[in-house]
Amino acid sequence: MTLPSAHPYAFLALFALVAIAFPLLLLAVAQLWFRFFQPPKPSATKNDVYECGVAPTGDSWIQFKAHYYLYAILFLIFDVEVLFLLPFAVTFTTLPAGALVAMLVFILLLAEGLVWAWHRGHLEWK
Amino acid sequence: MFDFFFQLHPVIQGTAKGLAVILVIFPFAGACSLAERKVSAWMQGRPGPNRAIVPWIAWVPFLGKFLQRLGVFHLMADGAKFLFKEEPLPGHVNKLYFVLAPVVAMMPAFTTVAVVPFGAYFDPAGRLIPLALANVDVGLLAVFAVSSLGVYSLILAGWASNSKYPFLGGVRASAQLISYELSMTLSVLPVFLWINAPGQPGTMSLVKAVEFQSGAGLHWSGVWFGFLMPLSALIFLVSLYAETNRHPFDMAESESDLVGGFHTEYGAFKWSLFFVAEYSHMIIGSGVFTLLFLGGWNPLPGLPLATVAGWLGLAGTPLLVALLSLAVFLGKIVFLLFLFMWVRWTVPRFRYDQVMKLGWQKLLPLSIANLVFYALGIAFLERG
Repeated sequence: MTLPSAHPYAFLALFALVAIAFPLLLLAVAQLWFRFFQPPKPSATKNDVYECGVAPTGDSWIQFKAHYYLYAILFLIFDVEVLFLLPFAVTFTTLPAGALVAMLVFILLLAEGLVWAWHRGHLEWK
Repeated sequence: MFDFFFQLHPVIQGTAKGLAVILVIFPFAGACSLAERKVSAWMQGRPGPNRAIVPWIAWVPFLGKFLQRLGVFHLMADGAKFLFKEEPLPGHVNKLYFVLAPVVAMMPAFTTVAVVPFGAYFDPAGRLIPLALANVDVGLLAVFAVSSLGVYSLILAGWASNSKYPFLGGVRASAQLISYELSMTLSVLPVFLWINAPGQPGTMSLVKAVEFQSGAGLHWSGVWFGFLMPLSALIFLVSLYAETNRHPFDMAESESDLVGGFHTEYGAFKWSLFFVAEYSHMIIGSGVFTLLFLGGWNPLPGLPLATVAGWLGLAGTPLLVALLSLAVFLGKIVFLLFLFMWVRWTVPRFRYDQVMKLGWQKLLPLSIANLVFYALGIAFLERG
């Protein structure tokens, strides 16, 4: 098995392409089947917005809680901080003691952000 | 025997491998749906799916009846039904994104398979060769990065459906997924604190994580990380259930208040793609959990693959060792999938505020505390 194998990341990209192409292919087959073997029988009810079988009321563009958005923003902050922890974990054992303390301070900031959001009631689902 | 395959161009090889893996995962996910129905039936004391049968197999005296009772033909019947059902596009949807959403759901579900090592064998020099399609050094990071793209499919499906229930389902699901992603990433960090020993290049490789659980005999190097870091394992498992939208976290499709959630407007084949993507996520998630916390392809703690292969006299035949490791690994995955179903019928569904509370106010502080505890502990051991 001494072969000039491709770079693993190139393979990952190729795999992603295959993973996109495969469902598209299946959808195309299903669509072809629909086109040639199933007579379309459109009706007003079939085309309707589904709302438990009753006639849909009002616009489907509804208002929703802004709180979802708040969670998304909190996630963004914490996710970036967690991202910085990953290289820390990888180089952890080679770090000098000072860097370890610095990292603990960084984690403290992370925890502090959480405490702040908690204290402000942003984590409570209202 | 397979020499001709390795003569091919790497791109053709890669495509063939990719298709092969997809063609294995696809029916595996289908089998999961059948197993789900059978396990549900078993837990509720009813027979479950046991009708469908192919006529010429029904003529086989004993086996035919057994396979019918087992319900294996429902799998094929379901697949055929999905493909041949009418595939209408509702008039009110945004057509491009509506069709795109299931494809976006499938992409991360299948791509993550590439970096998960499903087994290993030893080459003549005694080195461990993992059975991974792309043995990248960032292993776990790649899994997290790609699988988190799955959020887009939910929000895309919910938005493109242009309907109330799918929209609410999509928004709920995306908020839930991002909330649990934090605890999930933080919970695995202690494992990588542990395996990045000094004097070696740093790594996030999943193979490395298994190697550190492969010690033989009564020694701490053979202890699985699930026992060494039980809290990490627990947080990871709970987050995994939330990330795959499984009970008791199935906010995305809680049928009692949102009909079907983000896929309410979907039908036929497009719906089945969502379904397969969800089960693939469960399979990959179970695989990563096994690699990180349950010793990967090692049969028992303190009893690594190499020892068992030696007992069975397989040391000279890499193919059999690979099959053995594959069997052990898949066995653990199947057990974890059963656990998914077990939990489904044991724990009632949470309310949305409970889900958010658990994610942000319980798991996240707990995982930060866990990380600090292990960081200090390991630093002390290293320097102590």
